[in-house]
Amino acid sequence: MQDSRSNHFELFNLPTQFAIDLNTLDQHYKELQSEVHPDRFAAAPASERLRSMQLATEANEAYRVLKNPTARARYLLHINGVDTQEESNTAMPAEFLMLQMEWREAIEEASAERDITALETLLRKTQLETKSLQQDLHAHLDENNQLMQAAEAMRKLSFIDKVRGDIQQAIAKLED
Amino acid sequence: MALLQIAEPGMSAAPHQHKLAVGIDLGTTNSLVATVRSGMSTVLHDEHGHALLPSVVHYQTGGMVEVGYQAQAQQSEDPQNTIISAKRFMGRGVKDIPDLSHMPYRFIDAPGMVQIETRAGVKSPVEISSEILKVLKNRAEKALGGELIGAVITVPAYFDDAQRQATKDAAKLAGLTVLRLLNEPTAAAVAYGLDNGSEGVYVIYDLGGGTFDISILRLSKGVFEVLATNGDSALGGDDFDQRIFCWVLEQARPAPLNAVDTRLLLTKAREAKEWLTDHAEAQITSVLSSGEVVNVTLTGNKFAELTQHLVAKTITPTRKAMRDADLALEDIKGVVMVGGATRMPQIRLAVAEYFKQEPLTNLDPDKVVALGAAIQANVLAGNRSDDDLLLLDVIPLSLGLETMGGLVEKIIPRNSTLPVARAQDFTTFKDGQTAISIHVVQGERELVSDCRSLARFELRGIPPMAAGAARIRVTFQVDADGLLSVSAREQTSGVETSIVVKPSYGLSEDEIFNMLQASFSSAEADKKTRALGEARVDAERLLEAISAALEKDGDTLLTADERAAIERQMQALRSLAQGNDSHAIHKATEDLNHGTETFAARRMDASISKSFAGKNLNTLEI
Repeated sequence: MQDSRSNHFELFNLPTQFAIDLNTLDQHYKELQSEVHPDRFAAAPASERLRSMQLATEANEAYRVLKNPTARARYLLHINGVDTQEESNTAMPAEFLMLQMEWREAIEEASAERDITALETLLRKTQLETKSLQQDLHAHLDENNQLMQAAEAMRKLSFIDKVRGDIQQAIAKLED
Repeated sequence: MALLQIAEPGMSAAPHQHKLAVGIDLGTTNSLVATVRSGMSTVLHDEHGHALLPSVVHYQTGGMVEVGYQAQAQQSEDPQNTIISAKRFMGRGVKDIPDLSHMPYRFIDAPGMVQIETRAGVKSPVEISSEILKVLKNRAEKALGGELIGAVITVPAYFDDAQRQATKDAAKLAGLTVLRLLNEPTAAAVAYGLDNGSEGVYVIYDLGGGTFDISILRLSKGVFEVLATNGDSALGGDDFDQRIFCWVLEQARPAPLNAVDTRLLLTKAREAKEWLTDHAEAQITSVLSSGEVVNVTLTGNKFAELTQHLVAKTITPTRKAMRDADLALEDIKGVVMVGGATRMPQIRLAVAEYFKQEPLTNLDPDKVVALGAAIQANVLAGNRSDDDLLLLDVIPLSLGLETMGGLVEKIIPRNSTLPVARAQDFTTFKDGQTAISIHVVQGERELVSDCRSLARFELRGIPPMAAGAARIRVTFQVDADGLLSVSAREQTSGVETSIVVKPSYGLSEDEIFNMLQASFSSAEADKKTRALGEARVDAERLLEAISAALEKDGDTLLTADERAAIERQMQALRSLAQGNDSHAIHKATEDLNHGTETFAARRMDASISKSFAGKNLNTLEI
């Protein structure tokens, strides 16, 4: 699909940077959808309905990417021409890998003991780590233009997102 | 319930300019039609003053079809030809339907969707549903005194692509223009939210006759944003009847029942369920066709015990939706109860217990969906010019493709906001492979065999390459109705194929057209006149719209050549519309539509640029 704006940030009239105001994003997203959503064109000619669907789809995709910090960082690196190498580059600092292993073991242990509280504590720990990586991304991307460091922080964040997903799944399993 | 008052400042006072559009709740047990009149959403009644139309279709001897109360009256007498709860069979195969053996119908296992043999021939659930829609269409046109420009038809939020497509086909078959398929809980939220001026996060708990939906919505300034939805498209009030029915059999132990007795006892079971809403116990008494007498007493407590697992089956999806929305219980401002089955005390109790708050039951659970659908129909028809109402709905179930080993690769995750498109690249696994088979599935499970198969198609003509060298990009597009189309393209050679996903039973446009034509009992000439009339109206509408667009933006957005090309197409259509060839008019209309796509795109892009230009950039924080 052809983008009508040069990037997702500009679509919502936001500065192209990692730190964005989520309320403004939300508000501009809804304003844009109010104009382009297929419901506005239900009685319009087919050509306009088609364009409306494309624009509304684009707005939804841009919103999804910008709303999520990991996806936003990935996208920002991507438009800066940086390959984030999430599939190919799995080299991580040893201490980060250790932390990962600790968490994985903790998930297994808590699941085996059916300990939801332990899983929730773990979730909070990952949240703290996530916050701190997001601060790093803000510094790397918006202040110091350190794209390679940003890519590494982004890969870490993506790792942690997966762990968080697994913890949530483990909690869900115990709850059902 | 309080009536819904909607200001329509932009609405024309001239009644003939008000476009007639309705909302239809096509329910498992009952169906309704509503419309917005003088700014108020109201349910339309039949000539006897009934708002509800029982979703029952009776095929009579002599070829006549009865729908509603008359048909319902026949269900015990003529169960095999009286179809109730046809909605449960929409887009479903024999293997998908539980309790098949308890039903008095002669099922035929057709590919994709089950069919039922009646004295009027083999009927698909789509045809049966269209009979109900026809009656509602007639009711509306009589009440409103004119032809409808279109209808919003509601579907359970948890309906998959096959069930949605079947519903849309049924509407087309009934001669209705579908403005939008709208999710039932979203429709209820519109009616509830506008009526109560609510803001915040609300849960809609919708237990109908045959389907269960849970939707979590954020309401703010006329925007209804669905955060998550879940449900069970084979769970509803009918199942509670079924439990009572089985219990009665265990208690009374009558001789094996025939179809008539089965229907009779199921009816008694339903009556007992309704009675127990306000009473502590219900007496179930019947004389079977053998003369045998059934007489048992069911207490409310026993009923709650019998149906405990059914109630629990609604709480599991509720939990999942809460998790998907990433919300805590204290974030929920209210829980709105929708659907007749939410009158059962054990349901209200379970919901109150889970959410730790009393559910909102101050609206008529039978009507609220139709009322909300009518409001949306009014918006879509263009009768409301203040654009403060916007519905952002989601896809209920993930869409994916079959990959090696019968595994599913998810392309669009559930709860993605519609419309949505996503692409994924695949490659060949053998040297010289020239075709790939694409199998589209819907569901959350990892194995293809556990998901619903939506469509299979092939991309052929891939130039022979080494295994893994081809780059095949498969794109899923889901529109605002929740309906999917898929296209695939081999990137290096440009070989392309695309389909609108039609489940294997799916009716093609031509088949629907033919069935429609066949249903007009008029002479061949009449059919042609009608088709010609419709083609001309379509052509005129389009010509008008494009003339207006050209006048406004033709000079700024088109080159002289582009404009000339569009005008040539318009001229061609105008002269064809003078003639009598409906097919040619139709084709030229399509061509003009296609020919103006770029123009439409530029106009819409320009209008967005205008509204977003000049706004201040905000200073931002993490």
